[in-house]
Amino acid sequence: MIGLIFILSYCLIGLVRIILQLPKEDRRRFFLSLVNPKTMAKNIRDIFCDCLFHVKLWKRNKLLGYMHSSIAFGWFMLIVIGHIEVLLYTPHRAKLFYFPIFFRYFVAETESTMRGAFFFFLMDFFLLMVLSGIFLAMFKRLQSRIFGMRRTTNPSFLDLVGLYSLWSIFPLRLLAEGFTADISGGSFLTKSLNYVLNSFLSDHTNMLPAWWAYSCALGIFFVVLPFTRYMHIPTEILLIPLRNAGIKIRNARKGFAKAEVYSCPSCGLCIDACPMGVMKTHIKDTTVYLNRQIRRRNERRIEEISDKCLLCGKCTAICPVGVEGDKLRIAQRSLRKYSINPDYSDISTAELACSSEGKVLYYAGCMTALTPAIRKAMESLLQKAGVDYELMDKDGGICCGRPMMMAGRFDQARQMVEKNTEIIRNSGATTLLLTCPICYRIFKEKYNLEGIEIIHHTEYIDRLIKAGRLKIRKGKAKYVYHDPCELGRGCGIYDQPREVLASAGRLVEAAKNRKESICCGGSLGSLTLGFDKRKAMTENALANLTSASPDVIVTACPLCRSTFNRYADRPVEDLAEIIDKKSI
Amino acid sequence: MDFGFKISPSSAVNLDNVDLSLYDRLAEVEPDIRKCIACGSCSASCPANRFSGMSVRKAILGLQRGKEKEVAKMLSTCMLCGKCSMVCPRGINTRHLILSICKFYKED
Repeated sequence: MIGLIFILSYCLIGLVRIILQLPKEDRRRFFLSLVNPKTMAKNIRDIFCDCLFHVKLWKRNKLLGYMHSSIAFGWFMLIVIGHIEVLLYTPHRAKLFYFPIFFRYFVAETESTMRGAFFFFLMDFFLLMVLSGIFLAMFKRLQSRIFGMRRTTNPSFLDLVGLYSLWSIFPLRLLAEGFTADISGGSFLTKSLNYVLNSFLSDHTNMLPAWWAYSCALGIFFVVLPFTRYMHIPTEILLIPLRNAGIKIRNARKGFAKAEVYSCPSCGLCIDACPMGVMKTHIKDTTVYLNRQIRRRNERRIEEISDKCLLCGKCTAICPVGVEGDKLRIAQRSLRKYSINPDYSDISTAELACSSEGKVLYYAGCMTALTPAIRKAMESLLQKAGVDYELMDKDGGICCGRPMMMAGRFDQARQMVEKNTEIIRNSGATTLLLTCPICYRIFKEKYNLEGIEIIHHTEYIDRLIKAGRLKIRKGKAKYVYHDPCELGRGCGIYDQPREVLASAGRLVEAAKNRKESICCGGSLGSLTLGFDKRKAMTENALANLTSASPDVIVTACPLCRSTFNRYADRPVEDLAEIIDKKSI
Repeated sequence: MDFGFKISPSSAVNLDNVDLSLYDRLAEVEPDIRKCIACGSCSASCPANRFSGMSVRKAILGLQRGKEKEVAKMLSTCMLCGKCSMVCPRGINTRHLILSICKFYKED
């Protein structure tokens, strides 16, 4: 009882605080989305799919999915059916919200009506479902590998209190209902338990300690809930409509970021996903622990964790509740103050101007400048296809701003974005071609280049081939394609490069690919990871890529290419280089 | 009298007069700074070089000689693109070094 009142008031205050912390326009957007029937339907569907059925977990691992959905859905149904029972039998008591929980204790029922038997059966059925889920959860503590998880989170003390009280709620409920089944009625589970218990404990006063233990476990669980990982249960229900309203992280600790942090169920799926996990020392730097430290306001650790991350975005891609680990980290970085602040206003764009009226403007970017082979191959392809193009940064130019963005220095990044926008607008180009996914992502997300098509070279080559402007001689070589983080998870381009490669040779897949591809380890996202610490990650990513023993490793990112090239035992090439060699 | 040219100011550095306490603090946080062999790979690859003469090599040398103002001016066009860290033969994490310099030193 105390627990329930406490948790309800806590959630209400939390809800109001998060909504108040949202910037004004975001708050308006949120409330508008709540009354919009389309997003309303989406909200309801998402809440059911994610909170009750855990569809994403089912897709990952059947056992893990069953474990979570049996507990969540089973408990939800127990509460719903419990309320229906109360409404049917004692409607005058329905106002007391503790009544359904202890219905069996208060009411002496007989199984005279068919309806009662049906509900009793349902109650027992869902109780069994929850119990099986709890049993699996206990088993998971011992053998997490069967559930598709190599490592799990190390629970904090309060998490353990919550965990054990949650585990004990349902067996105690079974026991309590077992004691009272002959008075208040029950079905296959509680009735049969009742016979067993009656055979040696016939006194009905025995039910009192069982019911007391049950309510104590329930009370403890609800009282510790806000301070444990189980806070994700109420918060996720808030996070889903916020996300569907299109709200993004604006403040590192408040509003949407806070909702995400509290929605983290500490399941630890991100621990196995993290490319840094190949080194044991980095396990505590995964998103689960970031969320925990943000909740504890441990500034030293928050800085350490958020600066070390490669920002590959894999934890975001696999997170069952949709916590954006990479964006949360960038937001933490943006809190930092520097006393030297770069200013690019002195750079004159007239010096960098290029005219390409109606042509394709090719912006190679800094990374491609370091791997001139890609630029040469791309230029040769453009010439073969007869494309009228112009180079934007032949003698070097301004950086796209994405690396600065990743370091959390938004003002500086914005200045670069503005400078580049000016150059591109003045050039009069209709298409902007990029060979670097790092540039491509920020051009897609932050640049306002309406009327100019922004295109990555993998898409462009695919288009040229399909239009018949490039003729490819198919070879016998076996290629594996590495999905660069920024291109795949960042921009959702998976298929075009594969189609292009399939036309040039035999395409094999890596053990982990597409959404789950492993970062090459060279990422600019990490600020503190030194050169020596990245080697293990690169080797791990290479082992993943070479599992199908390809002849050539193909990627579409100059940074991945040069990182892999350092340690690979076979050639690493960019997609443009392969196609350039294979085209006639 | 104006000859149309003048004697340039002395660029001699007297290390006895330079206060290097800030540099020592920086070197504590960034021990890699002592690894630099001044090969100049970073200067050659830097896209900001053409705008402000930015070069990590020069920045490190400048700090060691107490020329903080010049370094701050150079850093003001650094775009943090990370090419210097990619080419560094000593594996220095130059991006973090630059961010630390931005944190420790002041612009004026």
